[in-house]
Amino acid sequence: MQDDRLIIKGIEFKSRLWVGTGKYKDFEQTAKAVEASGADVVTVAVRRVNITDRKSPNLLDYIDPKKYKILPNTAGCYTVEDALRYARLAREAGVSDMIKLEVIGDEKTLFPDTWGLLKATEILAKEGFIVFPYTNDDPVVAKRLEDAGAAAVMPLGAPIGSGLGIRNPYNIKIILEAAKVPIIVDAGVGTASDATIAMELGCDAVLINTAIAEAKDPISMAKAMKYAVIAGRLAYKAGRIPKKLYASASSPLEGMLI
Amino acid sequence: MVLIKLNGETYNTEKETLLELLSELKIIPERVVVEVNLEIIKRADLAKIKLKEGDSVEIVNFVGGG
Repeated sequence: MQDDRLIIKGIEFKSRLWVGTGKYKDFEQTAKAVEASGADVVTVAVRRVNITDRKSPNLLDYIDPKKYKILPNTAGCYTVEDALRYARLAREAGVSDMIKLEVIGDEKTLFPDTWGLLKATEILAKEGFIVFPYTNDDPVVAKRLEDAGAAAVMPLGAPIGSGLGIRNPYNIKIILEAAKVPIIVDAGVGTASDATIAMELGCDAVLINTAIAEAKDPISMAKAMKYAVIAGRLAYKAGRIPKKLYASASSPLEGMLI
Repeated sequence: MVLIKLNGETYNTEKETLLELLSELKIIPERVVVEVNLEIIKRADLAKIKLKEGDSVEIVNFVGGG
């Protein structure tokens, strides 16, 4: 465990917990939760500036791009063209070449349009973006994304914001076995044990937003997620015991008073 | 006076360049990205690009997201 650093495309990541900044009460709470999580990657969305209310604060006044790695997303994009447009706008902001690529295929589930995702990944990777595509837990698509130039692949554990946990750990396991790029579970985590499960499976990191932001106490949940990810990673590296059907006594039989 | 579309709304301005428009809106250029008629404008060019009648100007920034 001496050297267990996460490095993607030459960038070193200090934490294996990545966090989103949506759904918080205000920017102050966002900043506190991000701080408590120990994350150094923070996702953000690209949206129109509020022209009418110029007093509204700016997220980057609370999340310092010098302190955190900003990972803009293309959330809300349903076409390749839109995703490319948002990604290029995000990069022009000048804080990051990374993009969390979303091409959504369905409003109700927010499942990705994997065809569009592949196409957009290929184009953006060629343009020099560090592409993190948000995909479903399909091992074949994950492999295709890797071939298309994804820096890491981000399969969902469950639908965005659902809190259902890792619904198909076996698929995540298969994705991990074949992957040559890091695998980061994005979406679905509901509580700390879900994050641990993702890490125990061997995922390289977990991205969490709703489970922290909408917890009754987001700051405490951020802290819980921090330790959950560390625990899961340690357990994965330590190597768990095989599951057995019958007992195996922990105390020696030798020396018993017979 | 030019009539433009600014973030989807009709907007009248007497400003000549994009940089002047940002200043009129009290927006710090370093915090935003500007797109005119679907073309992204580099910050260094904001002072050079003149507004034309009917331009569609989008000014975006980062907000909370997952």
